[in-house]
Amino acid sequence: MKKKHIITRRTALITSVTALASYWMYRTVKSPQVPTYGSILRSGDNFTYEAQRALLSKRALAKEYSRGDISSFPATGTLDPGDEKSKNYKKDYALTHRNDFSDWKLSVEGRVARPGSYTLGALKNMSARTQITRHTCEEGWTAVAEWTGVSLSQLLLHAGIFPSARFVNFYAYDDYQDSIDMIDAFHPQTILAYGMNGRPLPIQHGAPLRLRVETQIGYKSMKYLRRVVVTDNYVDPGDSGWAWYTGI
Amino acid sequence: MHTSWVKITHWIGTISFLLLVYSGIEILMVHPRLYWGDVGNDLTPALFELPISRNYHHHGYTAPQPFFTSTHSPVSAGRTYDIFNENGWGRSLHFLNAWVLVAVGLIYLMAGLYTRHFQRNLLPARREMRFSALARDMAGHFRHGVAFVRGPDYGLLQKLSYCLVLFILVPTIVLTGLTMSPAVAASYPWLLTIFFGAQSARTIHFFCAVLLILFLIVHVVMVIRSGFRKHMRAMTIGKT
Repeated sequence: MKKKHIITRRTALITSVTALASYWMYRTVKSPQVPTYGSILRSGDNFTYEAQRALLSKRALAKEYSRGDISSFPATGTLDPGDEKSKNYKKDYALTHRNDFSDWKLSVEGRVARPGSYTLGALKNMSARTQITRHTCEEGWTAVAEWTGVSLSQLLLHAGIFPSARFVNFYAYDDYQDSIDMIDAFHPQTILAYGMNGRPLPIQHGAPLRLRVETQIGYKSMKYLRRVVVTDNYVDPGDSGWAWYTGI
Repeated sequence: MHTSWVKITHWIGTISFLLLVYSGIEILMVHPRLYWGDVGNDLTPALFELPISRNYHHHGYTAPQPFFTSTHSPVSAGRTYDIFNENGWGRSLHFLNAWVLVAVGLIYLMAGLYTRHFQRNLLPARREMRFSALARDMAGHFRHGVAFVRGPDYGLLQKLSYCLVLFILVPTIVLTGLTMSPAVAASYPWLLTIFFGAQSARTIHFFCAVLLILFLIVHVVMVIRSGFRKHMRAMTIGKT
């Protein structure tokens, strides 16, 4: 069937929608990204990151619960880096645990005006935030707990974070390393928790200090923190096999 | 005859759906327990459990420690069992194909509204919607088998099942999927309300998937019974 070459309303509509969508996808793909390690699946996760940052509120709070909603809570991953039988055994953790973490310090370094170390007492002297939130594990389960700690934004401002900073990297005793962007770092519910359900954070849940990122899946909320490094660029910890951004 | 945009969205949708089922089963195998409400984990009772991986009924936990001194205090326990977990690729494959399904679904929705395909071919007319007609169509399927019908001149039962899939099951499975996302649920907290919580959303997501798989099986059986070759032609390279 021969057709005359005229631009119908339909082709105009389809062409403009396709053009806009392609432009957005092109911008997404060419903007600085976390490494995909050559995997198309990882680029899908990066697309999710860009889409959620573009479409979702950056300040919206995750649902907070009442004390009666606090539930049983499995501890997974590393259960005690001070356990000699653990494959993540760390002698320095065992030692500081023996001292009831009185000599434990959180090192804050990188792109900050005042790098330094914070004892547990120093963190507890800062204004605290308590929140009862839902932990969503990538495995599919959820649990509700009350977390008490210092908001990460407060600590970063206290250390004098530079405006050029784009990532906050966390290093844990169990050799785990991960990072979050500034939107999650400055989210009001992103805290460094030293208390759980009204008591000091249990060893199984990351004592003496763990991260809580309530807008992402559980594995971003790292346990057993020892070092926080602020950077302008993404620090590549190597392919863990897991997506870097897990807002979904 | 099927229009080209119906054919294209049908096949891209099919591929992404099959990959979603594949990765979805993997994700479910990691935690084959389903719950109701906002909370559910190995230390809380399940609605039901599926015997689909070595994680089924595993009891690899340290002794439970109560959080509070009260008698029915929630507990904590450390997992000592090496669970099956391939979510590293499973989740990424699932969400990549969820994007494909959402994109192709939106194109389908816009084209369907624009060309009046939904009103003309899918939504049953009011005069068609009679119980006797439905009963007759249903009995006919069992008694006489199904004849090949050219193009989108669908029967009543067929229209209703397509509408159920397109306008109820697919939107519900997308929304319940989004409800499980901590970032999305923070921005749109009403999702947690309408689906009764994050774990209820997961359970509804599972049942929608079961119904969609059942639909796929019946759909393929119907295609085979009413002329597989003709249908495949009509849905791919067929022109008339």
